[in-house]
Amino acid sequence: MLLLAFDTATPAVTAAVLDTGTGEVLASADQIDARRHGELLLPTIDAVLREAGVAKERVGGIAVGVGPGPYTGLRVGLATAAALGHALGIPVHGVCTLDGIARAARDTGAVSGPFVVATDARRKEVYWARYDADGVRVEGPAVDRPADIAEKVAGLPSVGAGALLYPETFPGAVQDGPAHQSAAALAAFAADAVAAGTSAELPSPSTPLYLRRPDAEVPKNYKTVLPA
Amino acid sequence: MAADEPLVLGIETSCDETGVGIVRGTTLLADAVASSVEEHGRFGGVVPEIASRAHLEAMVPTVQRALDEAGIKASDLDGIAVTAGPGLAGALLVGVSAAKAYAYALGKPLYGVNHLASHICVDQLEHGRLPSPTMALLVSGGHSSLLFTEDITSEVRSLGATIDDAAGEAFDKVARLLNLGFPGGPVIDRYAREGDPAAIAFPRGLSGAKDPAYDFSFSGLKTAVSRWVEAKRRAGEEVPVRDVSASFQEAVVDVLTRKAVRACKDEGVDHLMIGGGVAANSRLRAMAQERCDRAGITLRVPRPKLCTDNGAMVAALGAEMVRRDRAPSAFDLSADSSLPVTETHVPASHDELHRLSE
Ligand SMILES: [Zn+2]
Repeated sequence: MLLLAFDTATPAVTAAVLDTGTGEVLASADQIDARRHGELLLPTIDAVLREAGVAKERVGGIAVGVGPGPYTGLRVGLATAAALGHALGIPVHGVCTLDGIARAARDTGAVSGPFVVATDARRKEVYWARYDADGVRVEGPAVDRPADIAEKVAGLPSVGAGALLYPETFPGAVQDGPAHQSAAALAAFAADAVAAGTSAELPSPSTPLYLRRPDAEVPKNYKTVLPA
Repeated sequence: MAADEPLVLGIETSCDETGVGIVRGTTLLADAVASSVEEHGRFGGVVPEIASRAHLEAMVPTVQRALDEAGIKASDLDGIAVTAGPGLAGALLVGVSAAKAYAYALGKPLYGVNHLASHICVDQLEHGRLPSPTMALLVSGGHSSLLFTEDITSEVRSLGATIDDAAGEAFDKVARLLNLGFPGGPVIDRYAREGDPAAIAFPRGLSGAKDPAYDFSFSGLKTAVSRWVEAKRRAGEEVPVRDVSASFQEAVVDVLTRKAVRACKDEGVDHLMIGGGVAANSRLRAMAQERCDRAGITLRVPRPKLCTDNGAMVAALGAEMVRRDRAPSAFDLSADSSLPVTETHVPASHDELHRLSE
């Protein structure tokens, strides 16, 4: 099956086409531009499908990163996946964005043994999750201030832009590990879940992992205009 | 309806309504709307992040509902239109992303169009093709503008706009002052019907001889209403909610219709179109009708459901774009929260079109 994967939950706009039969990544593209997810995603998808020589009608499934991610752009990926899946009549699989980065960290040899993935959640917080030696997520995803999770992540190697940003909490940050998402790893993760028959346990592709409540300032009581 | 007229699906997510409409030329086939308005009620206004989250959840189900309602297959479409702006940035982004994906997957042209131009064009679904030229008064929670157009697919000129609050915003704020809830428009309209519009002389903003002829201001009116209400409350007297509603509404509607009719006369335009959520206001409709009749102007106001934000209006403008062979948008189309009204649509750059046609 030809699996199209993409993610807009980190500063990366990343897309890839994976042949799940052979495990071969036919094409992938990664750009780092946190402010232009909306403009770049569809042209990037078009580019990887062309490079892979795959007509869109031949795509058998979609894997999309569902966050967590602090960017308005997070929804670009999900809205795109939902509409593509609907129009092409193919299933859409949601993948926790941190699981994609964890997969890349193991596949590239950046980590072995238990480790932590942390991305930048902005507002001086990180999105993070902890993985065991087999790459299985055992804690998270969660959003926290780095200092508040220092004990939980102590002594573990870590990857991701969040780990690199807060060296006091993440002294074991792997400097040349994956900082942002790569759709190739995301695709591999989703393909394994589909092959193992556990794709039903993947997160819903229609609801991002926001982890935070919406910012909603309740307007204060009506301000009087007469002098008090 | 003519079967050779373009069949277009329109997506609108600029504020709190997820709208998907389908039209064939000037014929409305489907108008599906999912609203998150109730989730915003307790905040007294639209909360952008809540609206964006709701759009994402509602998008595909609303598209499917529209397709079912129209009784067509997505593959029958001649194009996909979407509101590219103006509006809430995060909310627009959901619609634009989905529209691109639909257009790409279905192999149909994409039209990123202007929300304000769509509000005008929607009247084609009610009263047939817009005459040229047309004057349009757009009034809602987000806009209060007087617009002039000779060809809605390529040219809209702004004659005037609010310099502070939008008309609908003034309704919301006064409703909150009177503890009537959100949104304020319908409830004030209801109370006003039982009140005396001449009970309280509220000011008519920017109506002096030296004021800009077509601009609006509702902030001073809002302040005057709250002063009046607070003075009553301080004196321990009961606030006559019906009279306040009627007098406030009269002040808004008086200014809107007077300036719109004056613009028509000055520009020699004999058709006035009124759109936007506030166009559903019964007093605005009645007074506009009276004044237009007196001035020999033909008034066009679509039914209320087409006045509020919806996907049908986007589809209506998209269909007109197809009919007039306007250039489609590129797949790197941006959601532009402050898209100027003069940009009726956002066509692709020449290079991009060239690349796509290869
Ligand atoms: Zn509107």
